[in-house]
Amino acid sequence: MKPFEYTRLSTDDLSSDTALCDTTFLAGGTNLVDLMKYGVEEPDTIADIGQLPYDQIEEFADGLRLGALATNADTAYHPAVKNKYPVLNKAILSAASSQLRNRATNGGNLLQRTRCYYFYDTAMPCNKRVPGSGCAAIKGFNRIHAILGTSASCIATHPSDMCVALAALEAKVHILRKGESLIIPFDQLHRLPGEHPERDHNLEPGDLITQIELPSEGFAAHFDYLKIRDRESYAFALVSVAACLKVSAGKIADIRVALGGVAHKPWKSKEVEHEFIGEAPSTENFQSFAEKLIKGAQGFGTNDFKIALVKRAIVRALNNALNPS
Amino acid sequence: MLNIGHKQKRVDGPLKVSGKATYAADIASKFHHAYVLQSTIACGSITALDTSAAEAFEGVKGIFTHKNLPERLKNMVDYSDPLSPPGTPFRPFHDNTILYNGQPIALVVAETFEQARYASRLIKVTYEEKEFIGSLEENLKNASADRAPEPASNRGDFKKAFKNSDFTITQEYRQSRNYHNPMEPHATSVEYKEDGSIVVYDKIQGVGSSLKYLKGVFGLGTDKVQVKSDFIGGAFGSGLRPQYQLFMATLAALELKRNVQMVMTRAQMFSFGYRPEVIHTMKLGCSKDGTLQALSHKTIGETSTFEDFKETIVDWSGLLYKCEHVNLEYELTPVQSYTPLDMRAPGGVSGVYALECAIDELANEVGIDPLEFRRKNYVDYDQNEDKPFTSKELMACYDRCEELFGWKNKKASSKNEPHLLTGFGMATGSWEALQQPASVSLTMDENGMFTIKCATADIGTGTYTVMSQIAADKLGVSLDKIDFKLGDTAYPDSPIEGGSWTVSSVGSAVAGVCEKFQYRIADIWKRNNPDYQQVDFDAISFQDCNLEYGSKRFSFAEIMQQAAEEELSIAHNEAKSEGQTTHSGYAHCCVMVEVTVDQDLGIIKVPRIVNVSAAGKIINPKTAENQLLGAMVWGLGMALREEGMVDTNYGRIINANLAEYHIAVNADVHDIHAEFVEEKDDKVNPLGAKGVGELGIVGLAAAISNAIFDATGKRLRKLPMLLDDILEV
Repeated sequence: MKPFEYTRLSTDDLSSDTALCDTTFLAGGTNLVDLMKYGVEEPDTIADIGQLPYDQIEEFADGLRLGALATNADTAYHPAVKNKYPVLNKAILSAASSQLRNRATNGGNLLQRTRCYYFYDTAMPCNKRVPGSGCAAIKGFNRIHAILGTSASCIATHPSDMCVALAALEAKVHILRKGESLIIPFDQLHRLPGEHPERDHNLEPGDLITQIELPSEGFAAHFDYLKIRDRESYAFALVSVAACLKVSAGKIADIRVALGGVAHKPWKSKEVEHEFIGEAPSTENFQSFAEKLIKGAQGFGTNDFKIALVKRAIVRALNNALNPS
Repeated sequence: MLNIGHKQKRVDGPLKVSGKATYAADIASKFHHAYVLQSTIACGSITALDTSAAEAFEGVKGIFTHKNLPERLKNMVDYSDPLSPPGTPFRPFHDNTILYNGQPIALVVAETFEQARYASRLIKVTYEEKEFIGSLEENLKNASADRAPEPASNRGDFKKAFKNSDFTITQEYRQSRNYHNPMEPHATSVEYKEDGSIVVYDKIQGVGSSLKYLKGVFGLGTDKVQVKSDFIGGAFGSGLRPQYQLFMATLAALELKRNVQMVMTRAQMFSFGYRPEVIHTMKLGCSKDGTLQALSHKTIGETSTFEDFKETIVDWSGLLYKCEHVNLEYELTPVQSYTPLDMRAPGGVSGVYALECAIDELANEVGIDPLEFRRKNYVDYDQNEDKPFTSKELMACYDRCEELFGWKNKKASSKNEPHLLTGFGMATGSWEALQQPASVSLTMDENGMFTIKCATADIGTGTYTVMSQIAADKLGVSLDKIDFKLGDTAYPDSPIEGGSWTVSSVGSAVAGVCEKFQYRIADIWKRNNPDYQQVDFDAISFQDCNLEYGSKRFSFAEIMQQAAEEELSIAHNEAKSEGQTTHSGYAHCCVMVEVTVDQDLGIIKVPRIVNVSAAGKIINPKTAENQLLGAMVWGLGMALREEGMVDTNYGRIINANLAEYHIAVNADVHDIHAEFVEEKDDKVNPLGAKGVGELGIVGLAAAISNAIFDATGKRLRKLPMLLDDILEV
């Protein structure tokens, strides 16, 4: 890999207005180091944030705060996550392998890069890797690619499972920007590719994720994380669904559905969800919900099947959530 | 002291689990590291290549390209190896021509691997691209039987018999390209000696192949090169031919006069051979009672533009069932890629997949249980060669598998969920039981330790263990008295470790040298003990390092002392058994599977696989079962997971990593079971043993496909079978 400068950040480095903008943060390294070996990422400077005090998982009256540096494994197995946010537990444990989950951090999971075949292969054109070079996936193999929110320049997906659950839970992301703290809603963290697929998210250079805040409602009674993939473990989602329900007097009191494997960010619609509050939790309504949520879906050849698949997966996940086994 | 037939743990197990087994990249010497830059186009030529930035990079010791390849490697040089198919073998850096996407175009040698890898990225390459044909599908019109070997002879009158059949099926089956993914990536370490000689540690299934290649390419005399390969972390065909890392590490070592090592990256493991994509067309006809009347199997396979890689695919259809009217056709068509390569049960796994799916379809047409249909069309002689089999206990496999699996009263083993469909399927499998000539040497030292040497390989199958077992039994000594050595060109010649023939070939040679040893030690004993000079050899037995005659025991050490000899050395060449010519040797199996299919989401799972095999004498049931289970897991991967994705716009494989090229993982494997039926065979070779390295993968994909039909009523006539295939049919 390209030679780089390595520094280890301390808390002091963050309070001062230092130039963190030009550096690449290293946490667990499970994605960044891999990309550096492939020559996809070639940072000149790396700041190891592993020593920063953001590895706690803390319970508050209004919810749970997941440290950005807590590992995926520690997060999934934390009693509060298991008991109060089981959809998050299930999503995290469906991802990668135990070795990777032991190393990968929550902040890193949020910022992991796409698994698009062409993004990973530096011999291929890819607008996300080299802006303006073109997109080979649109006319190539796009089995693992997006059907929603795509653009003419990129059809990559966000590969995370954890993020799909976080989107459904409507988490918030705490960020340190030039020494100042700010909080952004989860659905504003990631972005659609548009004309700038090289940008996966809305963070600014030097921004550091410090915590993920979960609201108090964890949908522990009615949830599912359904991941459909090409093998039973160690594969990214073709389609995944985080489904959360609250049912009251035979009606939907709250409904949250986020989709993975179908877009450049976890796919969710507050509007569609609002439409179904007060409706009966029936298969017919779930089908209608699915149709509305994926309205405008478009396939690119080898991923056409996802359109039918995701609809069925949404219905299945909602039914599973409604009737926990 | 019966080692043969007993579950013996691997004698090399402790070395492997303690990390002391020396694989090709585990050599302790200090090496420079080599990294290959690969082409990013599939066809055309290099018009400019600027290595200046790479040369200037820290740690770089040398760069090799077509521009500076020594002249002596260009002219009158033989790049072939013992398994080269017809054509021109790939010659790295021969000129500026690009033959395939991912072709090695520059070699960077540096002090560290990381330096070499990064420096390779600093090389600037300019190409002139040409049009090319990137897939089998795009080049069907150029498929030709002239490039392919002739299949077994046609027999009878297929056309007429097919026309007169009561039931017929005509179907096409497709298999996508599969890539080798051994745990150990290919590696070569070359030690450069002061006298200009080299010791090469190569990942190869036969050190003799590497030696032949190195002699032919680099003009090295036998005194200048030795090839070793102590351990191999999986190969199953990927190490049959010397791969380009051997050329690279040797070139750099000889030119730089330094130790050089090259280890391929996982992505580079996708830059050479693969199991080729094939398209089969099957036409089968039978009578109302299910008697097979007519069978036609035509296969078109891909090869490279520079070599004609062939497999024995269609012949299996003329062999497995009784049929008088058979038509077999095999064609090849070139695509812009590297040459395909043998992969576990090459040809057999492909041909039998199509045949066993088609047989199932025909049985279903007639309305006969697929197992009964196979029994009905059983054949006990080789119709292709018109010869008897050395042995064939396939019927016993059918019976035992039926019983173990519970085929008659099939019940789902998984819990009954509303959206889950359960189905059951079966297939027959078979693989050759060949024997090749092999040579071994045996030495007994003064302490009664036996060293047996042979240039064979252990690709993880258990050669060390099995040969030690055979020797221990034949010599009448305990296992710890045997030191079996392999993987060195200094040792007696061996056939390549492939074709499931190592036990048959090398094992028979080991048995042969042990028998010679017994005669020799008996002779020495008789010579030095005048009282016993007339003793008949058959009256002597051997046990616990003793020669036993009546109630008398003479230790080997004692006999040697009497003769005043310190060690006893014997060489032996074992020829093919006569039965290999007069008879046809095959191992057989029956495999049954249970699948579940989620009818809404298309998810296919395999909760149960049972394989019952007939493979002659099983030398070590533990390693043999291990081979069967491994092959079954791979078969599951082939059926449901593995697909080399070639983007035909670029002629490039785009899922060249273990995250996106899906081999089966532990979570995919549920209840799998393998066992053997007894099969006596006094013709196949002196041991009566047939190889089992490949057998277990043959037929499995068909059994899964047939089970999916049973579950869903859908025939997925392609591999791999994916969830979207269920949704779309």
